[in-house]
Amino acid sequence: MEKPGPWNPGESPRQPAAEYDVIVVGGGVVGCAVARELSRYDLEILLLEKESDLAEGISKANSGVIHGGFNVPPGSLKARTNVAGLRKIYGLASELHVPHRKTGKLVIALTDDERPRLEELKADGDRSGSPDLEIVGESEIRNIEPLARGRWALYSPHTGIISPYEFTIALAECARRNAARVLLDAPVLSVELRAGLFRLGTPKGAFAARRVVNSAGLFADEVARLAGISDFRIYPYRGEYLVTDKDPGFKLRLPLYPVPPKDDPGLGIHITPTMEGNILLGPSAEDIRDKTDIASTRSVMERLKDEAGRLMPELRRAPFIHAYSGIRPKLVDPQGREKFRDFVVEESGARPGWINILGIESPGLTSAPAIAEMVVEMIGAKEDLRLKTGFDPGLPENPRFAALADGERAAKVAGNPDCGEMVCRCEHVPRAEVAAALRNSFGARTMDALKRRTRCGMGRCQGGFCTPRIVEIMQEEGIPLDGITKRGGGSRLFYGRIKS
Amino acid sequence: MEDMETRDVVVIGGGPAGLAAALGAKRAGADNVLIIERERRLGGILNQCIHDGFGLFLYNETITGPEYAERLVEDVDKEGIRAETGAMVLDLTSDLVLRVNSRSGYRLIRAKSVILAMGCRERTREMIEIPGTRPAGIFTAGAAQNLVNLQNIRIGNETVILGSGDIGLIMARRLTFEGIAVKGVFEIMPWTSGLERNVRQCLMDFWIPLELSTTIVEIKGRDRVESVVVAAVDRGLKPIAGSEREVPCDTLLLSVGLIPENELSKRAGVELSPLTGGAVVDETLMTSVPGIFSCGNVLQIHDVADFASHEGFRAGESAGRFARGEFPAGTKARLWPGPNIRYVLPQLIRPGTADVDLNFRVTRPLRACRVTVRGKSSDKVYFRKKYGRLLPSGLQKIRIRPPLDEDLEIDCHE
Repeated sequence: MEKPGPWNPGESPRQPAAEYDVIVVGGGVVGCAVARELSRYDLEILLLEKESDLAEGISKANSGVIHGGFNVPPGSLKARTNVAGLRKIYGLASELHVPHRKTGKLVIALTDDERPRLEELKADGDRSGSPDLEIVGESEIRNIEPLARGRWALYSPHTGIISPYEFTIALAECARRNAARVLLDAPVLSVELRAGLFRLGTPKGAFAARRVVNSAGLFADEVARLAGISDFRIYPYRGEYLVTDKDPGFKLRLPLYPVPPKDDPGLGIHITPTMEGNILLGPSAEDIRDKTDIASTRSVMERLKDEAGRLMPELRRAPFIHAYSGIRPKLVDPQGREKFRDFVVEESGARPGWINILGIESPGLTSAPAIAEMVVEMIGAKEDLRLKTGFDPGLPENPRFAALADGERAAKVAGNPDCGEMVCRCEHVPRAEVAAALRNSFGARTMDALKRRTRCGMGRCQGGFCTPRIVEIMQEEGIPLDGITKRGGGSRLFYGRIKS
Repeated sequence: MEDMETRDVVVIGGGPAGLAAALGAKRAGADNVLIIERERRLGGILNQCIHDGFGLFLYNETITGPEYAERLVEDVDKEGIRAETGAMVLDLTSDLVLRVNSRSGYRLIRAKSVILAMGCRERTREMIEIPGTRPAGIFTAGAAQNLVNLQNIRIGNETVILGSGDIGLIMARRLTFEGIAVKGVFEIMPWTSGLERNVRQCLMDFWIPLELSTTIVEIKGRDRVESVVVAAVDRGLKPIAGSEREVPCDTLLLSVGLIPENELSKRAGVELSPLTGGAVVDETLMTSVPGIFSCGNVLQIHDVADFASHEGFRAGESAGRFARGEFPAGTKARLWPGPNIRYVLPQLIRPGTADVDLNFRVTRPLRACRVTVRGKSSDKVYFRKKYGRLLPSGLQKIRIRPPLDEDLEIDCHE
């Protein structure tokens, strides 16, 4: 077997304190979409991410739904960016070769009493420009999704599903290919404003830029505060999920939502298929104190099964293989009277050149491409943006081995024996894909980063079999044993050798 | 791929069951036997079982897992059986076509007979739905065994073990040997799921605390495990409020059950039993798909490797005969588990065949009990035996002379 050379960490950014045109803070779906959109222009761009990989926060743990645009008040920025984002996101996902599917979606009323709420949602959606919404009855529900039960439903044919973290990583990859720099493990710890330049201090050095886009998600209020902007406070709302096996014994075609409960800060506990065939149950919505508290709780696990079981009784006895939580970055104070706060996408009045993007909860994934365009317009209003020649809007297609037909597989293995060495038995991931993922251009080399890029560990054994093998391969790829972590920071897996 | 490779018998998996199955097939007269093993060497999980206690039934002495594997591999070599390692079967169809991937190529193989010997996987934290955070430091016992025994890796400093499966018990001793503290083994049931001898030799001999009717209700720690919260459970296995106690540790090992790995069997349309998680088989160990046989932990979870091998030999002989076109036809009677019996294997028997070996497990520990096999319609007793004690952890074997024309039920009463 060909031995790879020592690890060469991804492209390192320019010398510290070099001047950038724009620094984007935060490598979630919004920050990565902004970086990609800006990379169309002749600009020096740097994206700073505090974690060991992109999409480590809100963007890795949501329902992965491309929203139709009817769940938010007409006229709001949420509604406008949702509908505008919906028009862009399918084409964008195709260009980036991120697996996605326009599935449609049903919001289900179990009783006649709930029908007026469907009418309201439809009216809101129609006013916002959410396309082709329709209220359907029992038999039509069955036609659309044989597993669904309900009296009435709002059918949104343009709703879809996508892997939110694959989409985020692809956006960043596209930005990087168009000369944007991406730096991981680089939390912004200080901001100074000097001679018209923002100087952002990170453990990896200080970086200066004329403009900053603050898309730091749950921590965007804290980053804004570093720049002297104290207008915002983000309240974390946790949403727990459960994940079924890929083969639970039935196939769900499209997301099924309940009529949104009046007092629920989310959209209600829904069930969503993934591209791979798992089903997600969730999320709950609970205001918590700690922005990093992504624990799962017994009571919510039970509630998820109960409520999802109302929409689809088969789920009560489905095999579950995973649980996770995501946290919504809400601007609504749980103690306050206000029930709705809109997305914030604005240039600071006090700090010209500093653009804040805050409170991007649902439908943020769908809205991200539209928010990115807004940011470009804001900057374009202040300076002349020149389109770059040779901007590549997409990424090359790179289908997984598991998705190939026999002939293509045979050709792949003949060309590269590493495609013949299976590492993950549940998701059928060959060594070649593990090695390629570990050599990603961002230098994201944690177990979780590998999992998001390859699906190793996402299957029914949850890494029981492939972890020991991956540990070997990581070392062969130049990661020292004690440098192997679950998701960077203090999440080390091991404590050295037993015997030296 | 136009000229498809053909084989008489393909064995999927080269562990204790698969190696024995290949030998059985060859000895039954199959010429062209192929073992396909996904790991880089034969032996399966035996390779990481460096403790002794293997071979007592097969070789009349106790040897380590790797030694046991070595003996089987020597026999396989002597018989001239072809074995491919680092090769994984990605798909199996009901007409016995296998899709196989390895560094030397991706190809299709058509077999006259296939033996399923893929073994099992471990239940995970997620399957038993332990609430809490998701830090580093949570391992299944088998993964930990691989990392410690084969890769010389220190997986932690202070460990808690949930579940009393055999691998967990073995690892409790192993970690203690290596100076890694084992702060306790917690088992939700009122009895251990591992063998009694392992409880004695791996826990009691080392003063490792074992707490029955206790489970973990929360995992704490952001980056790395910092502690687990344990609680006593009631008779319905629900945690008892107020009994919680926090146990500091940096590592959690799970030994909470094994699941036959039947993904390929499902692809081929093999009928599975909800009681065993393995295939429904007849007395020849043939599954519901003609020509596909099953043995070892993919059929039922064994507590002793020797028994998995024994089952392998039997499945191999049957598959070998099937490949040569010698196979009995005929309707099958059904064998049902009755009171206190968790499952019985095989589930189907051809009436009038010679003596048949049955395996069964009880649902709970039973003392001074009697096991009976009765005809469902005639009430005739085909087998009866008294036992001083039966434990769920012990796989039992009995031999009966099958009936001519009726279904059977096996039960156990104190």
